[in-house]
Amino acid sequence: MLQALPFGSAYGFAAVHQAGALGLAVDAAVVWLLTYAQGLFDVVNAGVMALVAFAETLLAAPAPWSFALIVAGLGLWRVSGGFALFALLGLNLVLAMGLWDPMISTLALVLTASFLALLIGLPLGVLSARLQSVWRLLRPCLDLMQTMPAFVYLIPAVMLFSTGAVPAIIATLVFAMPPVVRLTQLGIRQVPLDLIEAGRAFGCSELQLLWKVQMPSALPTVMSGVNQTIMLALSMVVIASMIGGGGLGDVVLRGIQQLDVGLGFEGGIAVVILAVILDRLSQSLMLEGERTLEARSRRWRSLWRTP
Amino acid sequence: MNSEICLNSLWKIYGGSADSAIKQLQSGLDPLDLYQRTGLRAAVRDVSLEIQTGEIFVVMGLSGSGKSTLLRLLNGLVRPCLGEVRIQGRQLSSLSPMELNKLRREQMGMVFQSFALFPHRTVIDNAAFGLEVAGVPRPERRDLALKALERVGLGDECRKHPHQLSGGMQQRVGLARALALDPPILLMDEAFSALDPLIRSDMQELLLELQAERQRTIVFISHDLDEAIRLGDRIALMQDGQVLQCGTAQTLLSDPASPAVRHFFRDIDSAAVLDVAAIAAMPSCLLVNAAGPSAALDAFVGDPVYVLDESKRLQGVRTISNGWIEADQLATLRAGTRVRDAMPLVASLAYPPPVVDREGCFLGVITPRLLLRSLEVNV
Repeated sequence: MLQALPFGSAYGFAAVHQAGALGLAVDAAVVWLLTYAQGLFDVVNAGVMALVAFAETLLAAPAPWSFALIVAGLGLWRVSGGFALFALLGLNLVLAMGLWDPMISTLALVLTASFLALLIGLPLGVLSARLQSVWRLLRPCLDLMQTMPAFVYLIPAVMLFSTGAVPAIIATLVFAMPPVVRLTQLGIRQVPLDLIEAGRAFGCSELQLLWKVQMPSALPTVMSGVNQTIMLALSMVVIASMIGGGGLGDVVLRGIQQLDVGLGFEGGIAVVILAVILDRLSQSLMLEGERTLEARSRRWRSLWRTP
Repeated sequence: MNSEICLNSLWKIYGGSADSAIKQLQSGLDPLDLYQRTGLRAAVRDVSLEIQTGEIFVVMGLSGSGKSTLLRLLNGLVRPCLGEVRIQGRQLSSLSPMELNKLRREQMGMVFQSFALFPHRTVIDNAAFGLEVAGVPRPERRDLALKALERVGLGDECRKHPHQLSGGMQQRVGLARALALDPPILLMDEAFSALDPLIRSDMQELLLELQAERQRTIVFISHDLDEAIRLGDRIALMQDGQVLQCGTAQTLLSDPASPAVRHFFRDIDSAAVLDVAAIAAMPSCLLVNAAGPSAALDAFVGDPVYVLDESKRLQGVRTISNGWIEADQLATLRAGTRVRDAMPLVASLAYPPPVVDREGCFLGVITPRLLLRSLEVNV
């Protein structure tokens, strides 16, 4: 009976672990890409590499204490006094654990991957909100990107870009892009019809309608997509350490490999601190900042108020 | 030619291909049958109208009568299936998208029932929206927007956001947004329907004031007949996508084209619609080109005698109780006065008050009997 199976049947039970026809096809596609589109991948490789190197240099430029102060200052301005204090203490802890450099490189990876995901995802979201056909085509792709187990992206990424930061960023980019596309599309679709009508009645061109009516009205939804993308990127970057992405993921991975609970925990805590800071700061972008001096000073005073 | 907007047998069918549906409807198919058979909905059926420059034209009908669709046909938000729209002589369907946008920016302002203010913009930026779209530089458009806001009484609120204002104030912003560009045409889609009765009447007052300052062509959609009568120079009554009758409120009331029109007006206080000039009648004793008081005395038999000069101006009246009354002491009614407003005067005078037109020419008198008769026009 096993003889009748076309692929892998000769190996008996071992066949369960082999790729089937679909898998072979994907394999062949990757090989084909490698043979005929190597030049393209080299260009992408160089570009992404330059970008991440730039991000890392930029983030590593200020001394840890000034970096922490800048983050705390941003937090004080946009979020709250309590958050600023948390950022200060959290970053201090990361420094004390000796994980400053891995954290900076993880941050560089996350920001680069998120930047690229937004660069591609935002226009795709706008496009799919305006053209039903694009959305119909894109939706199954997004479903696939989101539900495919994250590890699966690592394999073709390694084959196409070898190991290191670049395949880590590419895999992260694919994994993190869907929310911003979905929520941009949703946000623009949900703009009340009477606002669109008002825009048109006052003579908006299509571009004016997008920039003056649809985007401002959709902004909160779009921004929550941006926030989701950044958070997904962070979670994926940790996984991508398996293919040499580096950073905090490496620390966690070493903890697993050496069964060193302490090391793994330290790496994990550093990821959590980074995640909270990124989440709160990116979320605060959604809310309109309080402009009045009085509201601002209230923020300052809240630092010293005991609950 | 002074008709600003000209509609020529317009058709709008929603829900699919319109050609065969229009043919079927033209040959007498009931729109309800059409909807049940094909799912096509006829929103506007064969509407032809001419709207004059500077008039307030009210399109009045119940919800679902196609009046909002009709308004959107005027600025191209909805494209007609058949027929043509001419704005200032230019055919709308022949314009390129760019020209259409230019027309909307420069010639038409629109006010919405739901206000449709942009929540992310401040009041002044909302008012300046049309100017911004038209590419007016920032300082200039702020000035113009502020002027428009001041005109509607919101000069002090310009830094707020729309959600901080009450409904009436929000609609004032909507009105300011439409007025900021000073367009010759104003399209108002049930603009005051969402407001409280008191605020609504304030807004109607404001609109009439604005119209008195600068005559615009205003197309006003309403489902409120009282509002239509108060604002409209002319009213088009719509039902099931068709215009039943178009004319002044008085024409619609006193000379309805169909039972449906009469039905619309059944609850209307006709005294609030009718003009005294329309019900005035000639008095039983009238002397023209006579020698004044003495001639009146000769003709006097009991009924008041009205004496006119050669240019049909009133010289005076002779009555039983007051004797001869000179023209300048007479209480007269001007043409255009509503019957309701004339009631106290008619009731208090010993003689039927004369009605004169704008130039002072005598048109007739209003007797209590005429007045009472006018009230039962639509009973």
